[in-house]
Amino acid sequence: MKAKTFDERSIWWRVGADFLHSRVAVFGLVILALVVLAALAAPWITPQNPYDLMQLDVLDARLHPGTPSSSAGYTYWLGTDGQGRDLYSAIVYGLRISLLVGIGSAAIAAVIGTLVGLLAAYAGGKVDALLMRLVDLLLSFPTILMALMILAYVGKGVGNVVLTLVLLEWAYYARTARGQALVETQREYVEAARGQGIPRWRILTGHILPNCLPPLLVIGALQIARAITLEATLSFLGLGVPITEPSLGLLISNGYQYLLSNEYWISFFPGVALLATIVAINLVGDQLRDVLNPRLQK
Amino acid sequence: MTGWLLRRIAQAALVVVLMTVIVFVGLHAIGNPVDILIGDDMNQQERLEAIARLGLDQPLWRQYLAFVDGALHGNLGKSFVYQEDAIRLILQRLPATMELAVGALVLAIVIGVPLGLFAGMKPEHPVSKALMAASIVGFSLPAFWVALMFIMVFSVQLGWLPASGRGETRALLGVQWSWLTWDGLQHLILPAFNLALFKISLVLRLTRAGVREVLPQDFVKFARAKGLSNARVVVVHVLRNTLIPLVTVLGLELGATIAYAVVTESIFAWPGAGKLILDSINSLDRPVVVAYLMVVVVIFVTLNLVVDLLYKLLDPRVRLEGAR
Amino acid sequence: MSAEVPTLEVRELQTRFHTRAGVLPVVNGVSFTLGRGKVLGLVGESGSGKSVTGFSIMGLVDPPGVVEGGQVLFQGRDLTRLDDEARRSLRGNRIAMIFQDPMATLNPVLRIDTQMMEAVHAHRQVSNAEARQLAAQALARMGIPSPDDRLRAYPHQLSGGMRQRVAIAIALLHGPDLIIADEPTTALDVTIQAQILSEMQTLVRETGMALIWISHDLSVVAGLADEIAVMYAGRIVEHGSVDDVLDHPQHPYTQGLIGSLPSANRKTRQRGARLTQIPGMAPNLLQMPSGCAFAPRCARATAACEAMPDMFRPRAEAPAHQARCFHPGAAARTMEAAA
Repeated sequence: MKAKTFDERSIWWRVGADFLHSRVAVFGLVILALVVLAALAAPWITPQNPYDLMQLDVLDARLHPGTPSSSAGYTYWLGTDGQGRDLYSAIVYGLRISLLVGIGSAAIAAVIGTLVGLLAAYAGGKVDALLMRLVDLLLSFPTILMALMILAYVGKGVGNVVLTLVLLEWAYYARTARGQALVETQREYVEAARGQGIPRWRILTGHILPNCLPPLLVIGALQIARAITLEATLSFLGLGVPITEPSLGLLISNGYQYLLSNEYWISFFPGVALLATIVAINLVGDQLRDVLNPRLQK
Repeated sequence: MTGWLLRRIAQAALVVVLMTVIVFVGLHAIGNPVDILIGDDMNQQERLEAIARLGLDQPLWRQYLAFVDGALHGNLGKSFVYQEDAIRLILQRLPATMELAVGALVLAIVIGVPLGLFAGMKPEHPVSKALMAASIVGFSLPAFWVALMFIMVFSVQLGWLPASGRGETRALLGVQWSWLTWDGLQHLILPAFNLALFKISLVLRLTRAGVREVLPQDFVKFARAKGLSNARVVVVHVLRNTLIPLVTVLGLELGATIAYAVVTESIFAWPGAGKLILDSINSLDRPVVVAYLMVVVVIFVTLNLVVDLLYKLLDPRVRLEGAR
Repeated sequence: MSAEVPTLEVRELQTRFHTRAGVLPVVNGVSFTLGRGKVLGLVGESGSGKSVTGFSIMGLVDPPGVVEGGQVLFQGRDLTRLDDEARRSLRGNRIAMIFQDPMATLNPVLRIDTQMMEAVHAHRQVSNAEARQLAAQALARMGIPSPDDRLRAYPHQLSGGMRQRVAIAIALLHGPDLIIADEPTTALDVTIQAQILSEMQTLVRETGMALIWISHDLSVVAGLADEIAVMYAGRIVEHGSVDDVLDHPQHPYTQGLIGSLPSANRKTRQRGARLTQIPGMAPNLLQMPSGCAFAPRCARATAACEAMPDMFRPRAEAPAHQARCFHPGAAARTMEAAA
């Protein structure tokens, strides 16, 4: 049997092959995979559960990186924070929260936003105009302000942060989905399908939706990065996670007060972890965008 | 042209009105307006008096009109914390925030545009590739963390720059600005740079993309065919055509910068409107929050308008089409 | 033959494009000579390398293209050996170029006067007022009414024909000795086309400047050129005086081009007779046959055509008429490959 030529393979295979062309993107993907794996395997790869107050030893607070623990049997490779938390463990668990919030909010927002966008494209006319005005309004104001306002009214907590993120992000997906759907409806294959008597909603889900996925995927990747940064910022400002279960942002915030006494590691290492994650996601998202764009002509 | 302008102003006014309705309704929907606009620590008698005074026993539409009336007269309530007019508080702090925002934008343009130009004209050069990689890191950086790192390196370890606060100011046009003094500048550098990092990356990428789009166009080749010097081709033809769409993006970014200044101001203890709003949210000083929202809405809408106008003025194709 | 140095002498010019897919020999050994006051029509399909030849002479080939071989002698000086600044001072000054679409070649956000005055200032130290005057005069010479108003306008405010006249005016500002016109009338109406053609003819006669007119359309060039060079796949495949090439085409490609013209060869063809079409498609420069590039599409191709033909002189009565073919001529006469 003849081996398949490049063009004969499925579109996803080709996208994957093109993606892997960029060494930088592959690097990002590898880092991302490591981060996700670390977050998933958190309980098994960390010596301490930083959220369990019983495991913390206040006497071990603010120790330099590399200091061995006085009570437990392990070394604080990245030092400890003001409450005696092993920073390495705190970072890994913090990554969990970041990823959960980032991916979770992006996923929910994507679903809601895509539905709204497709609805606007399908309904057209006044409904479309109204929805898009709403989207424009939402998108024209800076996220951080809106986030602060919403959190001021609904209160702190991880759940509320997710809620806020979803409220702010769905508009991006809606606009992209609608735009892409409108482009697709002009295409010939939609006319052909209509000519065959296929009902409109089925055209929408079966034909148009799959073609909207590429740009949504790109937006999704970059939105996850934004969501993670936003959650970190909000936690840093004290509006996010509770103090006993710090995410990366809160860890950095906790370390602020010790900066002036040169105990830099409490803020430094969580920041590096955050940075690495976001850079990785952006690298992947960037390459996805480059790879998926010309394909949209298919 | 004037027709278009009037229509846009009307649109802008409509958006402001819409926002006032949203804010007003929001106030009522979220909580008891009594608690929101009056302090929590008054006794029953004072509360009743306050309610009557503020007209909170009136029907909603009347209250809204009163609100608008007050807003037009510059009265949006008194801050609980400072016992001053909320709007005055904000306007007092605004210059400090503007300093940061404009400073950041200037830095972004001065650094980002030339670098983006280079990266666009010589995309295969190793420096260009390094710049692009750096730009991805640049807009991935969590601003608040970088701020802390800045303080750590430049203030604590090197001791070159102050860690917080705004420096001395000098008056210009009746307003106190700190960039007019050397001490003020020293205090301004770190926070402005912090705010600018994201923007520099953005401007760099946008400029590069713009240059790469403009460069292969025929008029660039024609300019060279006329025997123009390379410098002139780049600056007058390539850069100018690249910058026109860039200006609109930057204008809108100014608005976003003013908003994002919140985090930077809080870390550097910069006495701007952003820090005020953050403190007010934390201390539940709702009148200040409302006033801030209104000010920001007006600024945003104005910026949008100015940017649209600017684009029309800069691109003769757009400007003169309308005049035909 | 006078001993005058020809305005332009191109010898074995090679320009290659280095793309990810491979190296494309876009200009593959092009040679010709152009004397003072003469017009050369450089004809070919898109992709034949005719435009890139023009750019190579000007030194305006953009990456990934590089001029890699040959010489371009302008009034005896080899342009390929000059440094950037020397070339720049010649461009727009002694050698000028006119492009195809004036809407694309004039910067849409700058006024006409800005774009003309900068061309003046590039080569002469004059005041702004003088530069503006020179610009206005140049426009007037091109027959553009109320030149001062036109100067203050933007490109999109002028009609297509007007824009091209502005572009030509810019090219003529410093009285160049050589003009390379790359399909300047393709984007214009037929009537404007005719006007501009005749104006160019007058110009050449009056000033003695040399002109290379690049086109894909033989009929446009027929009335204007003194000589015609036909390009195919980066090489010149036929070269001779306009009468020689049009009345007695030797290369099968040229014959195909002429045969597809409705107007040409009226004496040999009846009205209503079918137009011939050249079968096949334009060659892919990455997959060229080792011999004659036209062979895959040629009705006369034989085994001999697997070698690259030189430029032969198939007509004894017209020694200046050359064709790159082993089987040139109306009848299938065979040229033996040079030993």
